[in-house]
Amino acid sequence: MQFGIFSVSDITTDPTTGRTPTEHERIKNVVTIAKHAEEVGLDVFALGEHHNEPFFSSSPTTTLGYLAAQTDKLLLSTATTLITTNDPVKIAEDYAMLQHLSDGRVDLMLGRGNTGPVYPWFGKDIRAGIPLAVENYALLHRLWREHVVDWQGKFRTPLQSFTSTPRPLDGVPPFVWHGSIRSPEIAEQAAYYGDGFFANHIFWPASHTQRMVALYRERFAHYGHGAPDQAVVGLGGQVFIRRNSQDAVEEFRPYFDNAPVYGHGPSLEDFSRETPLTVGSPQQVIDRTLGFRDYVGDYQRQLFLVDHAGLPLKTVLEQLDILGEEVVPVLRKEFAALKPAHVPEAPTHASLVAAALEKDEVKA
Amino acid sequence: MNQRSLVVITAGLSQPSSTRLLADQLFAAAVAAATRHDVAFDVTVIELRDLAHHIADHLLTGFPRGELREALAAVAAADAVIAVTPVFTASYSGLFKSFFDVVDRDALTDKPVLIAATAGTARHSLVLEHALRPMFAYLRAVVVPTAVFAASDDWGAGSGENTLRARITRAAGELAREVSRREPVAVADPFALTASFEDLLKG
Repeated sequence: MQFGIFSVSDITTDPTTGRTPTEHERIKNVVTIAKHAEEVGLDVFALGEHHNEPFFSSSPTTTLGYLAAQTDKLLLSTATTLITTNDPVKIAEDYAMLQHLSDGRVDLMLGRGNTGPVYPWFGKDIRAGIPLAVENYALLHRLWREHVVDWQGKFRTPLQSFTSTPRPLDGVPPFVWHGSIRSPEIAEQAAYYGDGFFANHIFWPASHTQRMVALYRERFAHYGHGAPDQAVVGLGGQVFIRRNSQDAVEEFRPYFDNAPVYGHGPSLEDFSRETPLTVGSPQQVIDRTLGFRDYVGDYQRQLFLVDHAGLPLKTVLEQLDILGEEVVPVLRKEFAALKPAHVPEAPTHASLVAAALEKDEVKA
Repeated sequence: MNQRSLVVITAGLSQPSSTRLLADQLFAAAVAAATRHDVAFDVTVIELRDLAHHIADHLLTGFPRGELREALAAVAAADAVIAVTPVFTASYSGLFKSFFDVVDRDALTDKPVLIAATAGTARHSLVLEHALRPMFAYLRAVVVPTAVFAASDDWGAGSGENTLRARITRAAGELAREVSRREPVAVADPFALTASFEDLLKG
């Protein structure tokens, strides 16, 4: 099982000091955070894409390319890449490029984006979110698999004799996860292609995740990709950890109370009950995270959100230390002991290349 | 007898509240009227006062928790709704509106709804017609013709043709008749697929 962190790239005032980091500072901090994730033994760093303040990450492949040069093992991913407002041709090019530069340490998570005004800035309409996601991905999928593509659709100019360059590394496209909170069509899309499904699993009730993953697994089997429990599932999660649970609650509460998205709303206690947010000791985070398996089954990737709501860099790095030293090693062991042998690990470039070779040999 | 569900939404804030009092009289009359159509109402009363914090949280977080989740599910599954608000600043109360702001926009489609309001004086009575009825029309509810307004004076008036009691009986009869004409409500599963992926791919 893969463990990692994902960042939404928000620039938020630290409510305990009133200080807001500059864009430059926050961008550099995220680089430090990602590198530290590798140092403490995490597997994945995923970065969001936003085109509006207070977020900085409009250009994830730039950041991820920079990180690829400064890391060795870390798998670089997105959370999420906007499949609606980005041109699928540009996604095909950008991520194939990143795949080469990172020697295959890249996959991506596709999402629709929920910020209405962003769509028209890119000439799109949020009401066509699902059709955009469906058409754009169908094209992206072909661009990475067919050398010369002739294509016509509704949302972009037609392509004639187009070849997306560079070609995917070793002829194997990056693995794709489809992310959605509660649109069954996206679970269906992931199942149709035999791709991964990622449930946001933060800020929302676990019941959404449970329903979406169940649908994805059922349809994954329907489309002949394997048994339902062989589908590839990733989950988000939000944690704040201190050795003593009460210290975690006291330290995190002002960040929680003023956070974007849920701040000035429910209490920390209510929100922790209603969503997967866990604020407490390492053991509490371990127990809660293991409990995710009870409602989604054995899954392949767990990403934690640890750097939002204005938390200072030092605190975030401490969170990574605790995750790396006390939480993830236990989770790795416990999840591995529970997982049956026929449930696959999350695909990596190496495993996808091996699978492609095997397929070729069977054909030959 | 055909079992049907009736959800009563009351936005009164004081305890005891005249809004709740009106709601109680309306649903009692609706239960009585329904029996004449061979319909037995299973009544759920939702006091919005108890859900005020949950409603504000939902506006901020985008999802309902706990009792609000149950209340919204009850509204969606209801065969009929009675909605009663106090008049605040020349309209429905903000709490009343906020609740309907978080009701799923399809939850009331073709659903019989009886609207009612309370206020200090009869000068507010058109609030039912210029505020509540258009809001429910937007939600594509079927609002029964008689809307019931109760001012302070009404509670002291005797029985007769134009009294509060007579309006309650008439409105309750209209609601029961609308319910008796309809099949029981079936709630669509929001996580169910409505189109195959091949159809989606065709655009």
